[in-house]
Amino acid sequence: MPDELRGKVEPVRPFACHRGIAAPLLRDNVDTDAIIPSREMRRVSKRGLGAGLFANWRYADVGGRLPNPRFVLNQPAYAGASILLGGHNFGCGSSREHAVWALSDFGIRAIFAPSFGAIFRKNCIANGLLPGTVPAADLSTLAGWVAAAPQQNLLAIDLRAGKVSTAKAELAFGIRPGDRQLLLRGLDPIAHTLTAAASIDAFERARFDACPWAKLN
Amino acid sequence: MPEGRSSAPRTLFDKLWDSHRIETDADGEGLLYIDRVCLHERTGSIALAELAARGQSVRRPGHVFCVMDHIVDTRPGRGDATPVPGGENFIIGLRHHAARFGLRLFDVGDENQGIGHLVMAEQGIALPGLTVVCPDSHTCTLGALGCLAFGIGSSETEHVLATSTLRLGKPATLEVVVEGVLAAPATAKDLALVLIAEYGADGGLGAAMEFRGGAVARLDMEARMTLCNMAVEFGAATALVAPDAKTIAYVAKRPYAPAAPPEAAWQALRTDADAAFDHRIAIDAGAVAPRVTWGTSPAQGVNVSGRVPPPRNSSDRRALDYIGLEPGTALTAVPIDAAFIGSCTNARLSDLRLAAAVLKNRRVAPGVAAVCVPGSSQVKKAAEAEGLHRTFQAAGFEWRESGCAMCFYAGGETFGAGKRVITTTNRNFEGRQGPGTRSHLASPAVVAASAIRGRIASPETLDAMVP
Ligand code: SF4
Repeated sequence: MPDELRGKVEPVRPFACHRGIAAPLLRDNVDTDAIIPSREMRRVSKRGLGAGLFANWRYADVGGRLPNPRFVLNQPAYAGASILLGGHNFGCGSSREHAVWALSDFGIRAIFAPSFGAIFRKNCIANGLLPGTVPAADLSTLAGWVAAAPQQNLLAIDLRAGKVSTAKAELAFGIRPGDRQLLLRGLDPIAHTLTAAASIDAFERARFDACPWAKLN
Repeated sequence: MPEGRSSAPRTLFDKLWDSHRIETDADGEGLLYIDRVCLHERTGSIALAELAARGQSVRRPGHVFCVMDHIVDTRPGRGDATPVPGGENFIIGLRHHAARFGLRLFDVGDENQGIGHLVMAEQGIALPGLTVVCPDSHTCTLGALGCLAFGIGSSETEHVLATSTLRLGKPATLEVVVEGVLAAPATAKDLALVLIAEYGADGGLGAAMEFRGGAVARLDMEARMTLCNMAVEFGAATALVAPDAKTIAYVAKRPYAPAAPPEAAWQALRTDADAAFDHRIAIDAGAVAPRVTWGTSPAQGVNVSGRVPPPRNSSDRRALDYIGLEPGTALTAVPIDAAFIGSCTNARLSDLRLAAAVLKNRRVAPGVAAVCVPGSSQVKKAAEAEGLHRTFQAAGFEWRESGCAMCFYAGGETFGAGKRVITTTNRNFEGRQGPGTRSHLASPAVVAASAIRGRIASPETLDAMVP
């Protein structure tokens, strides 16, 4: 069996504060096929997917690696970006967690958008990537400020306070309280849930008593 | 089962949520019990590999079902080899881990193999009142059975395998009331495309939506599945149709369904008379005509008899650029290179019958590559028992083994860059069916008619057209 089929566990990185270069990708409905095309998911693995990130937009040649100079993440001004500013419904479409793995592998730590695809948002949390919701008007403000000098005008994120700030202004972003806790603690959700194993067992017994047909072998 | 948490009127979604909620934490996230899990080779193999690496076990292996659908070859005489580069690893990986964890696998060559969302319904694994998950966004298809079914990510999959639970925020509810008569040649696919075009690809608001109303009651089970399948393209968390006599008849006698169905309990799975939804949409099925998309979002669609609209924004312009069409062009003037009938949206027996009725005694236009991939091995067998395969083949369609096939591109088969495909699938995103491939979503009837005509066409206009 190839090694990649064996899996490899890495702890979730906690997220508290982050400061970095932000790149605008303000179009709506950026889907997970765009974030990582299916053909880039070659290995049975979570790792090494950064090269496939946005492959359809980022590379000039289909299936190749010739950079498309027009794509924002290829522009020198945004080199080293670790924050994305996105449009409505960011991460919609397929449930592939590869989209988040590719973003993380590339070095993205946070995404701000007016709204996110529901599965994508959960996948972000599971991998320590911050999906913060910011109204479209505020995003334009942020993007405008960053655009003036992307390498200098860094964004600073304080997850505990729920704030993203520039040198000039500070904006609140939205995040579910439970998601915030998971991100802050870098908690392994399975270990966390298994602390409630007794309630799960009790619930299940009651469920099977009431609905015996729900139980298979 | 916990009962009587609230005496207030509840929606069907509330009932399903309440009956699976183990606990609710401070910020309102529920720990939800999950009854059934489906895994496919593309994402399931990874989740199982990670679980093995963690040294975790599958908490309830009898409730986990594995399918080979995404990467498997669909050409006749297939084995493990697949056109997807490196694809065998996913197949071998899933097989290895399914055996290791003791999970039922519908393997290549199994007479019940097929696209997971079809297999789960056909086998009676998904049932009214259950919670069903799969690391695949179109799991919402199964909401047609009155179960709470939704797609999840890989990490969530590991979580549910290890704990039989998921931690979820409770979504808002959305009522979609469909009244009026959906008249042939319009189908549930057209209804879904109208809904998405009218309210947008995020019109579902991340909500749990319930399709209700006379038009929904009149749909057969397979059409309800098509409708629910498109819920994720509408930006909904999931979709539901309340179980009724049709549901109970559909489920009866399926291999994993109870021998004595709890009919009363299933009939009670309906929204109470005075229950309030958070949002409401009403749509008239009588106004729905055959549809086709002209862009790269399912929301970018019009009637087949319509024209490509002028772009309203940069997304529209970008879509037109990719799809290679000018505003004002009549859709029926657009020539196609390929026709694809397949996928978890529209490859059930009723879909193949609809297409075959159009194809009967006709031939696919010269130069059009036409492929039919039944959604499951059971569908294929049933279709062949009716002789449908002969109709497809006589018309010039390839007749394949079941799987996802060209619904999505994973580096394997594609109709090619710049090629225009009319397709019964659910996603017309850039590159979805291959780099540069242009996808036009439509119903099986419209795809079949277009294959014959060599241009986008609605079936009722076929006879009137000069070839
Ligand atoms: S048929 Fe297409 S949409 Fe359905 S599960 Fe397969 S790849 Fe996904």
